[in-house]
Amino acid sequence: MNLTLKIWRQKDAQSKGQMVDYPIKGIEGDMSFLEMLDVLNEELINKGEEPVEFDHDCREGICGTCSLQINGEPHGPDRLITTCQLHMRKFNDGDTIVIEPFRATAFPVIKDLIVDRSAFDRIQQAGGYISVNTSGNTVDANAIPIDKHTADEAMDAATCIGCGACVAACKNASAMLFTSAKVSQFALLPQGQVEAVDRVQNMVRQMDLEGFGNCTNTGACEVECPKGISLENIARMNREYLSATVKG
Amino acid sequence: MSGLTKSSIARKVVMALSGLFLVFFLGQHFVINVTSVIAPDTFNSWSHFMGYNGLVQFILQPILIAGVIIHFVMGIVLELQNNKARAIKYKKYNGGANASWMSRNMIITGLVVLAFLGLHMYDFWIHEMDYKYISGNPEDPTRYLEETIHKFEPIWRTLLYVISFVLLALHLWHGFASSFQSMGVNNKYSPAIQTFTKIYAIVIPLGFIFIALYHHFNPITH
Repeated sequence: MNLTLKIWRQKDAQSKGQMVDYPIKGIEGDMSFLEMLDVLNEELINKGEEPVEFDHDCREGICGTCSLQINGEPHGPDRLITTCQLHMRKFNDGDTIVIEPFRATAFPVIKDLIVDRSAFDRIQQAGGYISVNTSGNTVDANAIPIDKHTADEAMDAATCIGCGACVAACKNASAMLFTSAKVSQFALLPQGQVEAVDRVQNMVRQMDLEGFGNCTNTGACEVECPKGISLENIARMNREYLSATVKG
Repeated sequence: MSGLTKSSIARKVVMALSGLFLVFFLGQHFVINVTSVIAPDTFNSWSHFMGYNGLVQFILQPILIAGVIIHFVMGIVLELQNNKARAIKYKKYNGGANASWMSRNMIITGLVVLAFLGLHMYDFWIHEMDYKYISGNPEDPTRYLEETIHKFEPIWRTLLYVISFVLLALHLWHGFASSFQSMGVNNKYSPAIQTFTKIYAIVIPLGFIFIALYHHFNPITH
């Protein structure tokens, strides 16, 4: 298929970017979206032009590295997949595809389509962990019985790959879904109770400090999340936060 | 407790609590208004009670006004912060693909409802303040229905009320159930809350529209 790509090009973090049109021919439906960009980049390099910079790593939907706002949606029009899992058969011959970086003040553009998502790392560092003795005397996690339903819920929250699609999709650029998944995966388990009060307070504080917007419960994050992280996690984080605030 | 006034979650909870309070007030207001159609004497008697009862006038009314102000101010604060959180906008943003129009445009529906409140206060509250405290008129428990019907004589005012109630319905459609999510309620009762929200968001505004149209088309002829 033949396509027209409208891609955000930005030399570096300080430069002002712009949309640039690239016609591309001979794209096959079985190609992934990133493979299509690889084809474009080969053409650009052969012509002596600067290739389009974009994030990618595992290309299996696991690592959360790829991003891209495609035709106004993070990870494109398909559901429960990352950009690397998006196939070109989802598009039609002659289509124009608009490709932009994930937009949020807390995710500044580094170059072209690559954004700095280290704000997520700092939220995680603020409390997304449990303190355990790893000096050789580690207690077996399975020593504490946990019912399957709870274990499944915690695992569902833990499947968040931190790609940032929730922020990109949200009209307010809110990071509540990400933060709530990272709070929930511990809040649901007995091992997470010891640091529960500090965890939720510190992670929410860091989230606010990073400049993410406020959640207005539109639900866009849940729809666009490649791992199907549920809004129930946000409600759980709200409960945890209110409870932690009362406890002091 | 200071964190409760500074964090994004606290702001959500303030919006939710003030919103739920206003939703409750709306229901109570509707019950009184519907009597203007089905039981005129009851409408006059209840209106007179609301207008002269000390608890209503000097405690509940200031609380209600505070609720409106808090909900409005916090809504504006959230909107400004949210705009700042995405300083550079998308060239193409397909918001309709993943969220309802109502949920994405609460600020628009909210501002229209606020503008309506301005008109509504001018129509009834300021008139009432003038009648009681400035002009110093005597108590008259029979005047309320006639005054209300007179207000709906001009078609422009009736239409403004109708349009405002449509926008109020859109605001409630998202806001009511959203309040529960903000306060951490997302469980087996949530589908029932969603259903009740949709019924409330349709029935109450539609009821207010009916009352406005009823009085417009049934003017006092004497």
